Amino acid sequence: MPTFLREASLKRHTVLDLLFRNLTRVSAFGVLALLMAILASLVVGSMPAIRAFGFGFLTSSDWDPVSEQFGALIPIVGTLVTSAIALTIAIPVSFGIALFLTELSPRVLRRPLGIAIELLAGIPSIIYGMWGLFVFAPLFADHVEPWLNDHIGTMPYIGPFFSGPPMGIGVLTAGIILAIMVIPFIASVMRDVFEVVPTLLKESAYGLGATTWEVMWRVVLPYTRIGVVGGIMLGLGRALGETMAITFVIGNSHELSKSLLMPGNSIASALANEFTEAYGELYTAALIELGLILFFITFVVLSLARYMLFKLGKREGQAT
Amino acid sequence: MNAENIANPQIITQKTIVPKIIVRDLNFYYGDFCALKDINLSIAEKMVTAFIGPSGCGKSTLLRTFNRMYQLYPKQKATGEILMDGANILDKAQDLNMLRAKIGMVFQKPTPFPMSIYDNIAFGVKLYESLSKNDMDERVEWALRKAALWTEAKDKLKQSGTSLSGGQQQRLCIARAIAVKPQVLLLDEPTSALDPISTAHIEKLIDELKEDFTIVIVTHNMQQAARVSDYTAYMYLGDLIEFGDTSMVFTNPKRKETEDYITGRFG
Repeated sequence: MPTFLREASLKRHTVLDLLFRNLTRVSAFGVLALLMAILASLVVGSMPAIRAFGFGFLTSSDWDPVSEQFGALIPIVGTLVTSAIALTIAIPVSFGIALFLTELSPRVLRRPLGIAIELLAGIPSIIYGMWGLFVFAPLFADHVEPWLNDHIGTMPYIGPFFSGPPMGIGVLTAGIILAIMVIPFIASVMRDVFEVVPTLLKESAYGLGATTWEVMWRVVLPYTRIGVVGGIMLGLGRALGETMAITFVIGNSHELSKSLLMPGNSIASALANEFTEAYGELYTAALIELGLILFFITFVVLSLARYMLFKLGKREGQAT
Repeated sequence: MNAENIANPQIITQKTIVPKIIVRDLNFYYGDFCALKDINLSIAEKMVTAFIGPSGCGKSTLLRTFNRMYQLYPKQKATGEILMDGANILDKAQDLNMLRAKIGMVFQKPTPFPMSIYDNIAFGVKLYESLSKNDMDERVEWALRKAALWTEAKDKLKQSGTSLSGGQQQRLCIARAIAVKPQVLLLDEPTSALDPISTAHIEKLIDELKEDFTIVIVTHNMQQAARVSDYTAYMYLGDLIEFGDTSMVFTNPKRKETEDYITGRFG
């Protein structure tokens, strides 16, 4: 090849490389800019409400559009409680599903079950909402809630959480529907990370005489903790922001009640229900501030997860 | 376990040869494929027995029948008898966890658990015994000393097992296996992932460990078998071709196939 040709092609490569590098850089920083822009517009939009209520917005349970008194306590509590119920149910069930699929299930069942779980993740949330309202809630009201009232509702300390009229819709129902929705996410991530655990590592634990449970709980789970926490966060992210299904079953009531059987509200559900009818600057601003709070909660939860992983790593003596 | 012997290894000066494990008419199947054919041999107590042979000859498979590791996989099965102290290991009534407490295993690659060095050793012990903090400390130290890792690890017991070098990790795995005080130690190509210096460490260790444990080692490395073992079994395509004193097998093999293999004309 003549020298000038080679130089020309080299030059072309340098230019292309430069172009490519800048393109990727722009994409990466674009995400950051977008995040900032969303945050900024939320803050600007909620300014009237922030000015009017200050920090009292977070602790007030008022929600009176007529006299323009707004407080976020009920939706915040509703969001956190439904997500907590969802995770309390979903984490052990997902762990069981993943354990069964990777360790115990006969090979012929693995694929169909795995596909079923992935299909469950693909069901639109409105269908969960409708199913929850028309099928699950009546059954729950007829069969489960009376039992909860009679048996757990009479216990000291936790009793008040489980007593109340068996209406079917309410915070507990919303939490259970959410659990069903996040299980496929958490379970499929757990299964994926359990599958990449080296066979030799598991055999070493079995070789010491550990049972399947001990191998999973004490070796596989610590080995895959980052992936498992990631999966749980994915599920939690969905639970916190879930709108449609929750709107159907939570009852959308701005009343603070100790009982999980009573209707409540969540941030996303309140936003979806009330934006269309929000009149006046303050009402809209209050709703936007709710959105800002949801944004903040998600951020805090993710940070806590990172911190937890860091702590876990330290306890196991690893420099992470 | 004979605790006195571990405390004073000098007591055993002249070893009497006692069979610890007797294999009778053992056949092994991966699905329909017969991987071991009518194996008969016995493993001497507190001696080192080596299984050698080309890849796929069934030496690892044979080793894995001793602690029934194959049972993790549904299509694998063994027929025949493996007697340890007179009881049949392959018997369905045999409790697997107790069996594996008596027969420890170390694998081709170091497999430290994702926990501290201390917890790695304590893991197996905790499955069977509830020791006080002091007793556990002593047991961990004992196991690490036995595995010649104490001086290197004593100042970083709280650090992760994965922070050690490859050779140290493998010694950690040996320490973990012997911490349970098993009677038999199965070593499945324990040095295949290690450098020559670490390999030498482990070989020296094997020589010391046979004071207390019956050792069965699978190796690709014929020099290693010659260096560390008392008895050698040469296997080929699922058959046990020759079994005997290591010095006899290597210097004066009875079978032509064995001679071809150990002189490097084949395999």
